Amino acid sequence: MRDVAVISFAQLPNVRRDTEREETELVQPVVTEALGAVGLTIADIGFTVSGSADFLLGRPFSFVSALDGVGPWPPISESHVEMDGAFALYEAWVHLQRGDVDTALIYAYGKSSLGSLRDVLVQQLDPYYVAPLGPDSVSLAALQARCLLDRGRCTERDMAEVAAQNRANAVNNPFAQLKGGFDVNAALSEPYLVAPLRKHDCPPISDGASAVVLAAGDRAKKQCQRPAWIRGIDHRTEPHSLGARDLAESPSTELAARKAGALGGSLDFVELHAPFSHQELILRRALGLAPEVRVNPSGGALAANPVMVCGLSRIGEAASRLSRGEGRRALAHATSGPCLQQNLVCVLEVD
Amino acid sequence: MEPCAIVGIGQTHHRAKREDVSIPGLLREAALRALADAELTFRDIDAVVVGTAPDMFEGIMMPELFLADALGAAGKPITRVHTAGSVGGSTALIAADLVHAGIHARVLTLAFEKQSESDAMWALSPRIPFQPQLVAGAGGYFAPLIRGYIRRSGAPGHIGHLVAVKDRKNALLNPFAHLRIKDISLETVEKSPMLWDPIRYLDTCPSSDGAVAMVLTNEALAQKAPKPPAWVHAGAMRSEPVLFSGRDQVNPRAGIECAKAVYAEARITNPRQEIDVAEIYVPFSWFEPMWLENLGFCATGEGFKLTEAGVTAMGGDLPVNPSGGVLATNPIGASGMLRFAEAALQVRGDAGKHQIDGAKRALGHAYGGGSQFFAMWIVGKEKP
Repeated sequence: MRDVAVISFAQLPNVRRDTEREETELVQPVVTEALGAVGLTIADIGFTVSGSADFLLGRPFSFVSALDGVGPWPPISESHVEMDGAFALYEAWVHLQRGDVDTALIYAYGKSSLGSLRDVLVQQLDPYYVAPLGPDSVSLAALQARCLLDRGRCTERDMAEVAAQNRANAVNNPFAQLKGGFDVNAALSEPYLVAPLRKHDCPPISDGASAVVLAAGDRAKKQCQRPAWIRGIDHRTEPHSLGARDLAESPSTELAARKAGALGGSLDFVELHAPFSHQELILRRALGLAPEVRVNPSGGALAANPVMVCGLSRIGEAASRLSRGEGRRALAHATSGPCLQQNLVCVLEVD
Repeated sequence: MEPCAIVGIGQTHHRAKREDVSIPGLLREAALRALADAELTFRDIDAVVVGTAPDMFEGIMMPELFLADALGAAGKPITRVHTAGSVGGSTALIAADLVHAGIHARVLTLAFEKQSESDAMWALSPRIPFQPQLVAGAGGYFAPLIRGYIRRSGAPGHIGHLVAVKDRKNALLNPFAHLRIKDISLETVEKSPMLWDPIRYLDTCPSSDGAVAMVLTNEALAQKAPKPPAWVHAGAMRSEPVLFSGRDQVNPRAGIECAKAVYAEARITNPRQEIDVAEIYVPFSWFEPMWLENLGFCATGEGFKLTEAGVTAMGGDLPVNPSGGVLATNPIGASGMLRFAEAALQVRGDAGKHQIDGAKRALGHAYGGGSQFFAMWIVGKEKP
C-alpha cells in the first residue's frame, strides 16, 4: 500500500444550535482552514470527497450547496457519500492508492438541530418491518444497553463513569460542546431518559463541520512537519435486522480492526465514535483495548455529536494530536447506523 | 494500477411501478443476474458499493444500512455514493477504485431507484433559502438550457424529436427497457403535449423503478471469467458549482474537462473515430446534440448536424444509446450506471438485439445536478 497521511484537520466549534450558518457556510471555514494550514488551495487537491445526509437538512441535494463552500472552480475531481465523513475519508484513501493523485480533501457537515434528531434517525431503519414501529435512536441504544446489563457485562455505574470521564476530557477541547466531569453518585440518582439510559449516557445534539487533508508519500512530508500516517484502515457492516445481531458485541469493529492491523501493538490513545456511554464499553472489548489505553482525549461523541461529522472528527482529532506530539500510535473509529451497525477503524502513526 | 474488468452485468425489467418487488427485491433481481452472469454468488464478493439519488425519493435515510442484509454485505464493507444524477456513474467508479487500488479482488456495485415509492417531481422541487426554487422539477430547470442551445446553434426545432424517436425505437430492441412505444414517429412526438417549452411529453424521460448491478474484478480473476470481460480503460469525475454569474450551463466546463480526462487516460486522440458506441445520459431529447459537443465528438454548434444526419442511429458511425437510453428507462439513481453497464455490454459483444457489431471501445456517461456533476468511463474489449 502507498503511504498516505493526514496532514491537516480543522473543525468548527460544536454547538447545540447554529442559527447563523447554512451548509455552504459550515463547509467554507473548515475547508479554508484545513487547506490554509498546510499552504494548499483547492487547486492543489487531486480528489475531493464529502459526507453528509440530506435527511438532517430535510431536503434533497444539500451536498450540492455545500460544495460551493469549497469553491470548485475550475472544476474539480469530486464525489460524495451519504455517510459519515469518515467513510468519505476511506474513499479518498482508496483513490490515493491508485497512484495518479497525491492529495485529497475530505469534509463533512451536519446540522442535527434542524429537526427532532431522534425521529429523523427512525427513517434510517428498515422501511417495511422496523421504521413503521417508530423506534427512535435513543430507544434502540437503550435496548442495546439493556443487553449489556443483562449479560452482566457492565453496570449503570460503569456507564456513568464512561460519560463522566469523556466530559472531563472535553474540558481541554475548545471545540467540545458538553464539558466537565460530574459526580457519578449524584448522576445515578437522576431519572432515566429511556431506561436504562440517563441523560448523561446520551450524546448532545450538535451542529458542526470538519475537514481533513490527506497526502501521499513525499508530498505529505513536504506539506507537513509531522504527518500522521494511515497504517491501516478498513470498515465492515453487520446485518441491519436487530434480531440477527448480538447487540452486546461488535464483530464488525473487531473484523475492521483486524483488517486494519490494529490488533496487537501498543496504542497511546484511541478516539472512539461511541455516541452512547455503553457503546464505548462494547468497542473497548471488540478492539481488545488494554485498560491503561487513554480513550477519547477529545471527549468523543459524548462531548459533541455532530451527526455525519463525528466519525471524521475522530480521525482528525487522533491525527492532529499525534502531529502535536501527544503520542506515536493511535486508533480512530467511526460508526454508522443503529446500535453500531457499521464500523470503521483507522490506525495512525507518526515517525 | 491494477487493471479492473467487468465480468458480470445484470439489470431489472424496468417499469413505472414494480409493485411485485420491495426495494431489496428490486436490487436482488439485478444483483443475482449480475452474479449469475459472472457465475458467482454473494459469498464470492469482497465489498459492495451502492448508489442512489436523494434519499427523499424513497423516503429512506441512508438505505445502504437496511440493504446490507439483502445484498449479503454483512462482514463486508458497504459504501453508499450520492452525487445527484451522475451517481450511477460515480458509484461504478468508486467501486472500480477498490479494484484498481488492489484492495479488493471482487466488488459488487449496484444502483437503483424505485421512483414509484415517492414523487420525484416533488423531491426535485426543493425550496432552498437564497436560491431560485425549482418549481417544475428537472424539466423546468433544463428547458432554458435547451433554449439557450437552440439559440446559439441555430438548430432546427425538430432535432430533439429525432432523438426521441430514435431512442424509443432502439428501446424496442432492449428487453429490459421501460418505455416500449411501438408506433412512435416524428408526428406523434410533435403532437404530444408541451411540458416545458421546447420539451414535449415524448421528448422527456419516464419515471421508472429499476436497478442495475455489475461485478468488477482484478486481472487474475477476469482471466478466469466465464464470459469475455469488459476492461476499464479510463474513469473520471468532475464537478463545478451550480450557480455563479458567467457559468456556461449549456456547455459546462466540468463536462468538457471530464471527457478530456478519460480520453487522455484511454489514450484517445480522436473520440469520434476511436469510440465505437456511446451510452450518454440524455434525459431530455435535446441533450443528445448538446452532449455530443460537450464530449468533443464534434465542434461546438455541430452536434445537431450529427443527430440530423443519422450519425447517432444504430447504423451510424457513432451510435448513441442503442439501449434506448434514459429516454426509455429512467430509474434516476440507476440511470448513470445503466449507461456504464450498457457500454460494457457492447464491448463484451453481449448486448443482444441492440449490439453494435464489432464494438471495441465504448463510452459510458452520466451527469447530474444543474449540469454540474459528471462521471464517465471508457471500457474496451482488449485489456488496456
